[in-house]
Amino acid sequence: MTCALELKNLCKSFGKTEIIRGANLAVRAGERVAIIGPNGAGKSTLFNLISGRLAPTSGEVLLNGTRIDGKKPFEINRLGLSRSFQITNIFPRLSVFENLRCAVLWSLGYRYTFLRFLSSLHDANARADQLVAQVGLAAKRDVQAVNLTYAEQRALEIGITIAGGAQVILLDEPTAGMSTTETARFIALIREVTEGKTLLTVEHDMGVVFGLADRIAVVVYGEVIAFDTPEAIRANARVQEAYLGSSVAEAQEGAH
Amino acid sequence: MSASTMTTARGRWLAWGGLAAVLIAAPWIFRSSLALNMLSQMGYLIIICLSYNLLLGQGGMLSFGHAVFTGLGGYAAVAAIGYVDGHGVAFPLVLMPLVGGLMGALVSVPLGYVSTRKAGTTFAMISLGIGELVVAFAIMLPDLFGGDGGISINRTYGKPWGGITFGPQIQLYYLIAAYCFICTALMYAFTATPLGRMLNAVRDNPERAQFVGYNTQLVRWYSFIIAGFFAGVGGALGTINFEIFNAADSLSGMRSGAYLLFTFLGGVTFFFGPMIGAVLMVLCTVLLSEITAAWLLYLGLVFVLMIMYAPGGVASLIMMNVRMARAGKLGRFAGLYGALVLACALLMLGASALIEMIYHMQLNAAIGSEVKYLGMRLDAATVAPWLGAVAVALIGALAVHQVGRRFAHAWGKAQEEIEAGLQHGGQTA
Amino acid sequence: MEFFTISLLNGLSYGLMLFMLSSGLTLIFSMMGVLNFAHASFYMLGAYFAFALSQSVGYWPALLIAPLAVGLVGAAFEQLCLRRVHKWGHVPELLITFGLSYLVLEVVQLIWGRNVVPYGLPDQLQGPLFTLYGTQFPKSRAFVMLVAVLMLGAIWLVLQRTRIGLVIQAALTHPDTVQALGHNVPRVFMLVFGGGAALAALAGVVAGNTYVTEPAMAYAVGSIIFVVVVVGGMGSLAGAFLASILIGVVQTFAVAIDVSLADLLGAAGLKVASGNPMEQALRLTVAQVAPMLPYLFMVLILIFRPRGLMGTRED
Repeated sequence: MTCALELKNLCKSFGKTEIIRGANLAVRAGERVAIIGPNGAGKSTLFNLISGRLAPTSGEVLLNGTRIDGKKPFEINRLGLSRSFQITNIFPRLSVFENLRCAVLWSLGYRYTFLRFLSSLHDANARADQLVAQVGLAAKRDVQAVNLTYAEQRALEIGITIAGGAQVILLDEPTAGMSTTETARFIALIREVTEGKTLLTVEHDMGVVFGLADRIAVVVYGEVIAFDTPEAIRANARVQEAYLGSSVAEAQEGAH
Repeated sequence: MSASTMTTARGRWLAWGGLAAVLIAAPWIFRSSLALNMLSQMGYLIIICLSYNLLLGQGGMLSFGHAVFTGLGGYAAVAAIGYVDGHGVAFPLVLMPLVGGLMGALVSVPLGYVSTRKAGTTFAMISLGIGELVVAFAIMLPDLFGGDGGISINRTYGKPWGGITFGPQIQLYYLIAAYCFICTALMYAFTATPLGRMLNAVRDNPERAQFVGYNTQLVRWYSFIIAGFFAGVGGALGTINFEIFNAADSLSGMRSGAYLLFTFLGGVTFFFGPMIGAVLMVLCTVLLSEITAAWLLYLGLVFVLMIMYAPGGVASLIMMNVRMARAGKLGRFAGLYGALVLACALLMLGASALIEMIYHMQLNAAIGSEVKYLGMRLDAATVAPWLGAVAVALIGALAVHQVGRRFAHAWGKAQEEIEAGLQHGGQTA
Repeated sequence: MEFFTISLLNGLSYGLMLFMLSSGLTLIFSMMGVLNFAHASFYMLGAYFAFALSQSVGYWPALLIAPLAVGLVGAAFEQLCLRRVHKWGHVPELLITFGLSYLVLEVVQLIWGRNVVPYGLPDQLQGPLFTLYGTQFPKSRAFVMLVAVLMLGAIWLVLQRTRIGLVIQAALTHPDTVQALGHNVPRVFMLVFGGGAALAALAGVVAGNTYVTEPAMAYAVGSIIFVVVVVGGMGSLAGAFLASILIGVVQTFAVAIDVSLADLLGAAGLKVASGNPMEQALRLTVAQVAPMLPYLFMVLILIFRPRGLMGTRED
């Protein structure tokens, strides 16, 4: 069974500082994986390496069996991988509808043409409208993206991410900065739009993680120290130590 | 790019019909030969400034070397006319601007490739360097590019085209006007194509554009070539108008700077902004320069003030008022506007009196110390006019400060009301 | 041999002068992300201020006062104008410095006229420092080199060894963090901009009477220092140094070489036919092409090594 996404001994150093020290991961198609880990573990760097924002120092990244490490972001996107960003990355001066339409243009094959009017691209317009409704921004269809609320911008970000029909979706802390109700709504949205796709998401909210993920990958100090089902991760001693320090060990000691 | 004024079909017909009507009727309203000259210049400068804004306003690419493309377009036209005239080939003048456009596009291919690899400030510097390179290159080859004397042509070469020789300025004006209309329409159409829209996206967020599958460099490069085409067309019309090409002038950095300055003054955030900029450019260079020797200083001051207080240019100022009027709230500003105008007038009176006197002392001191200012005679050798000017300027400055503050406050409140109304209505302008 | 040594020295002095200018530009750019289009205008102001001051208080006091005065002008501009447009991004910042350069040019022409001003060397700097193979190397050029080296040393000292230098270095890449730590980043910005302006002015003070002082001097050197910064790599002081010396030396050598491609072909036995369209291009001597060389460099760098010689900052 080919994996949708695979990391093989991925390493990344900035100068002499090693951030990622041999990460290994094999994500099956259609799986939902949550990536957790202490701050500074390198989760966002991993995402940047996978999506092409950074080039690895060594190691391989494979998308559906093809190597994508070292490729440019737009090349990787065209191969079927799409990502969202921790800090909202949208087109601020375009409207919600325009944002989403731009996101579908390439996947529908419109490339760099200047010989057709946007208004005549019925499939692009229909898909964009569908996405607008799906992310719940129908009431703000023609509002400039910079004028949306934070949660609305995050929703738009998700919309842009899935617009192109990519099969592998990377979401970098999608619910960062949201209230509990917003988060719950958002998770439902994520679950709906990534139905049948492979999902990797970096998350800090454990409720979200344990509710959404099929498997959890724990990243500590640039390595994937565990990659298993939520229950197994909960019971994993190494994970507990990484999160709780050696106090567990001390408590066990003290009990003797 | 906001197109809210033209979203209805009726609005579209009105706008384009209006433009056509203005282009056709203008020489009949302004009948002097000076006016005709100015209108002709405005015609092709509109094309040039719009092509410049394709880069700046639409693509976020600040170029200090646009004169390269307009100048080389002009050169191509001149060279082609020289060839056609010398060899008796039948190639009418009406097609010559297209030759210029082709040259502009051709040159944009390699130059654009090198420039568009980077964006933002690096792009700006590269454009400056390339501009200097091309000028230096052209000056080095006087045989090819005409040297100090330039290359002259006769635009009435060959047989008349349907009875038209293009000798009289009015005939050339209508040729320019036709190209102006067509090019404006084409460039507007560009904004509504996938490439045009992705150019905006790349301007707003190049990283995100990459992550939706687009090679941002290609988007910029292709748009650069299209802008180069229209720049070449405009430049060709310009050289045909003056019937001379001079490398040091047509390709100069000064000219690039002028395109930048006036396009920005007109407004880069609206499609029609550069058109206003082109009109201002002709008015300033032809009329203002006659009225006062200090016109460049005034221009620089207005430019800096615009950047600080109205970065969207004249177009944005107009649209802000249009928006306010549509919401029915413009009326309440009548009094404040009056006060603001008065205050600004005072400030300008005092400041310009000072500037005019200084300029006079520096440049025309030999003539005597009397300065003719708005019908008054100010003796710059005495203290009185200086004190008076300073006093008026200070009072004006204070007034502008006070009224301006109140104006901004009231305007802000009105804006909030509009926003609140929109939130309730669930729509937006 | 003599040609080589003298040209090398002249090239070094010109290159060091370019570095004086591009170092300030690089600092301001690295620090604030602002490409100061008016940097060469500060250079020009320095020369003119020094000219005016040297007529009243003499050259040596002017050497100190003129840069300080221009530094104040720069700081005031940053405070009043640049800060306002900072929030709108880099393009408006670049535009306003462009506007400033326009204004400075007009004002300078207004006050001092459009012609060359007789900004002369003081007695101590007149005459040759030494005579090599019959060609003189002027004291003034050596002085330019001295000032440049001292300036470089002073910048290095300030950045590496003082507290304010540490803050500046940090604010170079992480202005928000530095501000969160309690440092007055806006004030640091003003200092850096004013400081950069003062450095440019100092270059103007020493270069103005070594070369020529006229309104066109800003434009002439302005585009070259941008080339230096692009070739050296945006945001790299070391790169700016390398590029300045390279361009300074190459251009000085080139101006003295009277060889053309046609001559080279002739030496190989091929004669260029007169009247052929390429004739004029082939007959161009290196000296005639010299003004174009820096820009050619820039284009080549952009094609083969876009990040510059030592560039680190991804734009």
